[in-house]
Amino acid sequence: MPLLTPQIQDENDYSLVASLDNVRNLSTILKAIHFREHATCFATKNGIKVTVENAKCVQANAFIQAGIFQEFIVQEESVTFRINLTIFLDCLSIFGSSPMPGTLTALRMCYQGYGYPLMLFLEEGGVVTVCKINTQEPEETLDFDFCSTNVINKIILQSEGLREAFSELDMTSEVLQITMSPDKPYFRLSTFGNAGSSHLDYPKDSDLMESFHCNQTQVNRYKISLLKPSTKALVLSCKVSIRTDNRGFLSLQYMIRNEDGQICFVEYYCCPDEEVPESES
Amino acid sequence: MKFRAKIVDAACLNHFTRVSAMIAKLAKTCTLRISPQKLNFIVSDKVANGGVSMWCELEQENFFSEFQMEGVSAENNAIYLELLSENLSRALKTAQNARALKIKLTNKHFPCLTVSIELLSVSSSSRIVTHDIPVKVIPRKLWKDLQEPTVPVSDVSIYLPVLKTMKSIVEKMKNISNHLIIEANLSGELNLKIETELVCVTTHFKDLGNPQSASADASQDRDPEQMAEVHIDIRKLLQFLAGQQVNPTKAVCNIVSNKIIHFDLLHEDVSLQYFIPAFS
Repeated sequence: MPLLTPQIQDENDYSLVASLDNVRNLSTILKAIHFREHATCFATKNGIKVTVENAKCVQANAFIQAGIFQEFIVQEESVTFRINLTIFLDCLSIFGSSPMPGTLTALRMCYQGYGYPLMLFLEEGGVVTVCKINTQEPEETLDFDFCSTNVINKIILQSEGLREAFSELDMTSEVLQITMSPDKPYFRLSTFGNAGSSHLDYPKDSDLMESFHCNQTQVNRYKISLLKPSTKALVLSCKVSIRTDNRGFLSLQYMIRNEDGQICFVEYYCCPDEEVPESES
Repeated sequence: MKFRAKIVDAACLNHFTRVSAMIAKLAKTCTLRISPQKLNFIVSDKVANGGVSMWCELEQENFFSEFQMEGVSAENNAIYLELLSENLSRALKTAQNARALKIKLTNKHFPCLTVSIELLSVSSSSRIVTHDIPVKVIPRKLWKDLQEPTVPVSDVSIYLPVLKTMKSIVEKMKNISNHLIIEANLSGELNLKIETELVCVTTHFKDLGNPQSASADASQDRDPEQMAEVHIDIRKLLQFLAGQQVNPTKAVCNIVSNKIIHFDLLHEDVSLQYFIPAFS
């Protein structure tokens, strides 16, 4: 990209420089967590983590490892800024969201540091787009303190097994109830809507079940409105890991394969709704 | 006032259908001007509606095998009809792969453009579909508002990039801003720019080439690097770009700094001129 060189005379001026041959390797992952307007970005030498939160109850993280980028330089220990994700995504897909086969949009992303805008240089077929997105004061993000040692139940499913279930969730139900148990029904999704209750069971020997480690029966409810946005990540993913800890917190980890066959992860944390009354379920 | 015309050639029929589809995308209502040699589709918006104007011209003999018309009078040998462009394009859609198409000005309680389409059928009996499109005959005294626009003397004239690329960029820009700045210079560079409190986005096209225009004299003294710019309503530009389904044979844009942008397109033998005024 010879046209871009004048803007990057000195790489040391930037606290973050990242280049990608195919911008879709970034934009696709970010779309998976785009359920709120704003996102917080953390960059370290390992890569970039982009976080979106809602209602102090749900958090989505997209991880784009340094290896995904063709060039990735972080000058400081960590670089943090908040950005309007909607605009960021519009800019990344400025050359169209579904490009003609064989054409790739290249990206170079530069950030000078606190108070400076995020600069994007996108190039496709000799046409260059320069975007200057103002950054905002980073907000403190939630710490769900989800520790693998406290995990009680863990299931890894092939995403296709969950995709249909999630796209057809009864949205008139306020909650999605997840039952995980070493005994029957093993793994159950339940909704309680206007038209009645529905239960969906996955047998533990199903082909879709990649691994099943449930130690203790847990029944937890999560606000369906908070979980529904994770469908975006589910649709893109090939596998999903579903974990709950001793407090009933839910972790959904989606494994997403990008166009170049590299693996990225998107993670959703959600806190449980309320205690399940004994009389129900 | 009389008008009747016929198309029998399949290629002409297709081309005419495409033109009407393009017009329908560009404007809700338009004026059809019929004269002995030419057909024109005209849009001339009030300034309050954005002030966009369009002049589309086609030679009748390139399309029609039969063409008879008689205007309001011998010295004013033309007919001006106002119609909903959607109605015409919908009627012509059924004419794809038809055997023949007839257009006629009729009076069925109110003035109509009657489109009869002779469809191919497997059996020997032919099928005819007829559409009556209501039209408003524009009186002579209002013709002066519907004259061919004079092309302004431009500061910069430049060939446009691939319209599809331009369209997808402008589409994304529209999500962010209502205003767009188009700027170009005489070194073949054209930029599309939006600026908001949150973000500035600029797309740079280069090596587009500048046509040798009639107004070249005026711009000869101009610094080739100097940009001429206009601020326009991004929706008007998008509407124009969305109407271009096929890449034209020639596409030029003329910029009069801070006044107007003029697009001059040629689709085979159909010429389209589109004017978007600048925000004052």
